[in-house]
Amino acid sequence: MEALAKTDFIAKEEQAAKPFVLWRPTAQTGLMSWLTTVDHKRIGLLYGASALFFLVVGGLEALFIRIQLAVPNNTFLSSAQYNEMFTMHATTMIFLVVMPLGAAFFNFIMPLQIGARDVAFPRLNAFSFWTFLVGAIILNIGWFRPDGAPDAGWFGYTPLTTRTYSPTHAVDMWVMGLQLLGVASIAAALNFIVTIINLRAPGMAMMRLPVFTWMTLVTSFLIILSFPAITIALVEIMMDRLFGTNFFEVSNGGMPILWQHLFWIFGHPEVYILILPAMGIISEILPTFARKPLFGYPIVVFSGASIGFLGFGVWSHHMFTTGMGTVATAAFALMTMAIAVPTGVKIFNWIGTLWGGHLTMRTPMMFALGFVWMFMIGGFSGIMHAAAPADLQQHGSYFIVAHFHYVLIGGSLFALLAGIQYWFPLMFGRRVSEFWGKTSFWVIFVGFNVTFFPMHFLGLEGMPRRTFTYDGNMGWNLGNFICTVGAFILGIGLAIYLIAMVYAYYKGPRSLKDPWDARTLEWSLPNPPPVYNFQVTPTIHARDSWWYEKQHADEIAKEEAEHAKAEDTHGGIHMPFQSIYPILAGLGILIGSIGVSVVDPADPTKYPGFWGPKIAVTIIGGAIMFVAVVLWSLEGNEGYHIHLNPDGSIKGDGAQKHY
Amino acid sequence: MSSQAAAATLDHHHDPTTSTGIPNKKLLMWAFLASDCMFFGCLISTHLIYRLHPPPGTPIARQVFSIELTSFSTFILLMSSLMMALAVNAIQKGNLKSMRWSLLTTIFFGCIFLGCQVFEFNTFVHEKHLTITNSILGTTFFTLTGTHGLHVLIGVIWLSGMLLYSFTGNLTQKDAIDVESMGLYWHFVDIVWIVIFTAVYLLEYI
Ligand code: HEM
Ligand SMILES: [Cu+2]
Repeated sequence: MEALAKTDFIAKEEQAAKPFVLWRPTAQTGLMSWLTTVDHKRIGLLYGASALFFLVVGGLEALFIRIQLAVPNNTFLSSAQYNEMFTMHATTMIFLVVMPLGAAFFNFIMPLQIGARDVAFPRLNAFSFWTFLVGAIILNIGWFRPDGAPDAGWFGYTPLTTRTYSPTHAVDMWVMGLQLLGVASIAAALNFIVTIINLRAPGMAMMRLPVFTWMTLVTSFLIILSFPAITIALVEIMMDRLFGTNFFEVSNGGMPILWQHLFWIFGHPEVYILILPAMGIISEILPTFARKPLFGYPIVVFSGASIGFLGFGVWSHHMFTTGMGTVATAAFALMTMAIAVPTGVKIFNWIGTLWGGHLTMRTPMMFALGFVWMFMIGGFSGIMHAAAPADLQQHGSYFIVAHFHYVLIGGSLFALLAGIQYWFPLMFGRRVSEFWGKTSFWVIFVGFNVTFFPMHFLGLEGMPRRTFTYDGNMGWNLGNFICTVGAFILGIGLAIYLIAMVYAYYKGPRSLKDPWDARTLEWSLPNPPPVYNFQVTPTIHARDSWWYEKQHADEIAKEEAEHAKAEDTHGGIHMPFQSIYPILAGLGILIGSIGVSVVDPADPTKYPGFWGPKIAVTIIGGAIMFVAVVLWSLEGNEGYHIHLNPDGSIKGDGAQKHY
Repeated sequence: MSSQAAAATLDHHHDPTTSTGIPNKKLLMWAFLASDCMFFGCLISTHLIYRLHPPPGTPIARQVFSIELTSFSTFILLMSSLMMALAVNAIQKGNLKSMRWSLLTTIFFGCIFLGCQVFEFNTFVHEKHLTITNSILGTTFFTLTGTHGLHVLIGVIWLSGMLLYSFTGNLTQKDAIDVESMGLYWHFVDIVWIVIFTAVYLLEYI
């Protein structure tokens, strides 16, 4: 009872405030219900769907790149088109695929793992998603404009991105889009931090959190501390481009190298933002299918956190060739090697988990095992260029391309694909075909290695990255051709994966509750989980709490029955109202950003001063956002109560009466 | 802690509905401020780095700045922090009237600070010929102090909104956390200014 009084979802006795509400959307199904949703599960699905859409877009861009490079002196793409392709491929895959897929799981799974009924700030969560979507639109709008898509590389090095060398709006859109994605990520990360620290069910001590939740926490801290660096760098380049300031203007004392520092101060933590959620997912899947608790839980958590810390001290390993001086170079090389230690420790923990386990080879497990192996290869090549003298040879070559694709595809993407397969039955109550799942794994695995393994050799043979073509007499012909063949195999593999998934969504066989006989709390829910998540706020007695519940079913059932009665007399389950304002604020941001980054500056002969359509559009967007935010705060974080029947259905007509 | 009977029942430092006892809004604000530290950290670093590499013809900062004016506005901003603290204290005790006066003074001081900044920018541009485009000093100076000014402006708007809201009768002792997290923001903006004042202004005089 003591513990129960602590949960967030018990009715407050009386609510004095009379909120000012213009309109309260209540649609439970249909388009409006999605646009106004504040349910963390739905927001998670929105993130997931957008990410998979952009996976297809980014994948097609990659195929175009590989077709162009298949044979020497190819003219499939012009050099300008190639620049757009490789810029947008990287930007898309990092910011619009891997990060939002991670966010999809943070949203859907994390609250369920800690026994919460939602995140701490549901409307802010919706706002994060809409801002993300606006950022994605701004980034891609260039494809449909005469200016073309951004083409200065995902790293946006100055002075290439200054107005002198990139005069069109394409780079403006890149700058604006990334800033919005930063805002979205920071807002979401703040929400997750508060949720994990403050909304844990009674008994869910920090050292009982599932590892995925732990990695969500560490990743969120990395996001709020590293995104400011790129945001400021982007603000500086935007000032240079819009107002003619001198941050990167060499003739007036600006230093382009500053961009590299700010970018990589963000950029290296960013690669951990991409890999830590993946490590979290793997740390859930391996114990489930090895039927053993995770080996060395505290060490996995601790090494994850120390990767987070060390990640801020290694950025200059991307700049070994810029002539930083011997001491700085040596220091950064040492730090970089140091960071490989906690990474390696985790690998041993995973091996320890598998050791002596009763392994069941299901699709998620295949991807998870593929991850451990492929990620290790990427880690090894990482340590190779952590040695500064070796990096002088490898920097800017295809060896680097091989490295980061092993960590990003073999690492992050494999784990995310594993996660989708693993949680699919929970999310949708259906199962993906085991045959097609495994087939897709093998095709992806083979395609991936055929594509990227030869790149190690191409790099060591001197093939530079970011090059749109090459001569036939360099000895790179065979390697490149193999890479292109591999890319198509990889593409086919991903297509099989996605088609099998979509098919399962509509037609897959129904899944029982907890089909994998898993260990963590989210599996205690029926699938798909009801809006209110937990019928009774669970009480946590152990790490791997669902496993414990299964072993102590009678005891838990008694406890739950008691708590259910108590919660009901306390007023039932608190649900937050839906809201229109997050998406409205997002709409304002979209209009404002179009003003800033897409509309041409006014022709001074037609308009007085700097007035003109650009300013008008920007101000209109800003005003919409401001009004939305004001109404948002006046509306207040109100909610309604529901009472449940013993079978989990909602009592009464389900009308959302304000309490 | 408090002498008032009403306050004894409301503990503003412990929220029983959260796992840690820290109110969600407070934790959110603290985390946001940690993030904001990094924003300002990058801008201040940019200024300090470029300060070490002035190209020929860069204006001498000392001849541009007016340390008297800036010291005055710094003092005013610090006083506004005091008033903000009083406002938080007042609402925690349920004293709405006292909170309104303190908020009003905070807003007033905030506006004086902003007024000083507008005046300062104006003199720099028109009399000292330091503009955002004509030198690297102008670029970093105006961007950094302008970003801070923007934070103050947002703070003033927020404070004013809260002041107006208090007249609807919906702001009660129970909502002290809303005023408190706004206060956290305001104090943070002040502290950042102390750093900027030291790193941008005072540094030029030693
Ligand atoms: C054992 C751990 C790792 C080490 C020691 C390491 C080391 C390095 C080094 C030294 C570079 C710079 C090479 C150069 O440009 O000359 C690099 C590049 C890169 N790494 Fe890693 N890395 C590690 C893990 C990761 C992980 C986990 C990811 C992402 C999931 C990652 C993603 C990247 C990317 C994207 C680049 C290229 C950035 C660019 O220039 O565009 N790395 N890595
Ligand atoms: Cu790095």
